[in-house]
Amino acid sequence: MKKGVMRPGHVQIRVLDLEEAVKHYTDLMGLIETDRDDQGRVYLKAWTEVDKFSVVLREADEPGCDFMGFKVVDEESLVQLEKDLVDFGVAVEQVAEGELKDCGRRVRFQVPSGHTFELYADKLYTGKWGVENVNPEAWPRNLSGMKAVRFDHCLFYGPELAATYDIFVNVLGFHLAEQVLDGDGTRIAQFLTVSMKEHDIAFIHHEEPGKFHHASFYLETWEDVLRAADLISMTDTSIDIGPTRHGLTHGKTIYFFDPSGNRNEVFCGGDYTYPDHKPVTWQAEQLGKAIFYHDRVLNERFLTVLT
Amino acid sequence: MINAFEITEQCSGNQFRCEPGQSVLKAMEQQGLKCVPVGCRGGGCGFCKITVLSGDYECGKMSKVHVPPESRACGDVLACRIYPLSDLTIECRPREPAEPAKQQTTTKSMR
Repeated sequence: MKKGVMRPGHVQIRVLDLEEAVKHYTDLMGLIETDRDDQGRVYLKAWTEVDKFSVVLREADEPGCDFMGFKVVDEESLVQLEKDLVDFGVAVEQVAEGELKDCGRRVRFQVPSGHTFELYADKLYTGKWGVENVNPEAWPRNLSGMKAVRFDHCLFYGPELAATYDIFVNVLGFHLAEQVLDGDGTRIAQFLTVSMKEHDIAFIHHEEPGKFHHASFYLETWEDVLRAADLISMTDTSIDIGPTRHGLTHGKTIYFFDPSGNRNEVFCGGDYTYPDHKPVTWQAEQLGKAIFYHDRVLNERFLTVLT
Repeated sequence: MINAFEITEQCSGNQFRCEPGQSVLKAMEQQGLKCVPVGCRGGGCGFCKITVLSGDYECGKMSKVHVPPESRACGDVLACRIYPLSDLTIECRPREPAEPAKQQTTTKSMR
């Protein structure tokens, strides 16, 4: 957080059928619908999140991710970060306050991997959903499905990882928690963080720019991940792989798809990092184990199915 | 099973039955066949692209990137999002086997 970027704040996901998607993200995953806007977008949040929304669904004829936003500590930091981006040669676009309901102004930019990001300092603070701020109970009793705890991170596929790294690390103050290096020492995967989490965002090398691999949501326990797997079967939801463990981050995980083919993850556990930690390195020849610690073999669908 | 339709995939010669209202991809998966690659099953990734050579079917929503209107009109569709109304003959040309590190989405090759 050394430059004031605090955490992942939101992700806007394109879906082919809005109501099918809302049902998936609420009934199955346990997010809560908090608003809709005059563009037809639906705003959702996980129950422990303190701001009004973290997931925005937009109906479109092509699924994928429009942008991911990071919250910064205050307006002063936002002004400085914007200046730093411009000085670094990154084109920035202003998105007016209120374009996303109850969200302050956003500074939008594209990185060389082809993905669009935003920084913002203000969003309506609504508090954790279903529990009080004073003497709070452990959890609200009327959550649905997987009862997702928080929007955690995204994984994107695209080219130009080194140039993308430069922006996230040198301008935005992220640090490299984990990486995959090929035989030549070229980084083909980078897991970047502004927190103690092993990733607040991750990139894997891919020739086509701007591809979306998954949006991930945190669960508390392995039992919750198994329960998520049960719910995926009960609802005949399209599964990708899991429950299993990753080598990278060591998180315990399951992957599945929303009704438009965008991949979702729910996971628990995983390692922690501090800024003085050296990056954890996985060698590309161990990529099977790095991605799926138990199977230790690559799964073609996981590597190539993207939106 | 009285009303099930017969789906024939021409490259592999695989035949399988598909219930009315069931997607071709799901029917294939349930019968343990692999003649069409399985991706997101949601019309989004383009992995299960096939050509319908004959027969009638309904389409669900599919990503326009993978199935633009002109492709759809030619029967180039996604197996996860078509629902047969008659027996169908489909074709799924095998993709070139690629090394994992070199694999790309089908987006490029299918455009």
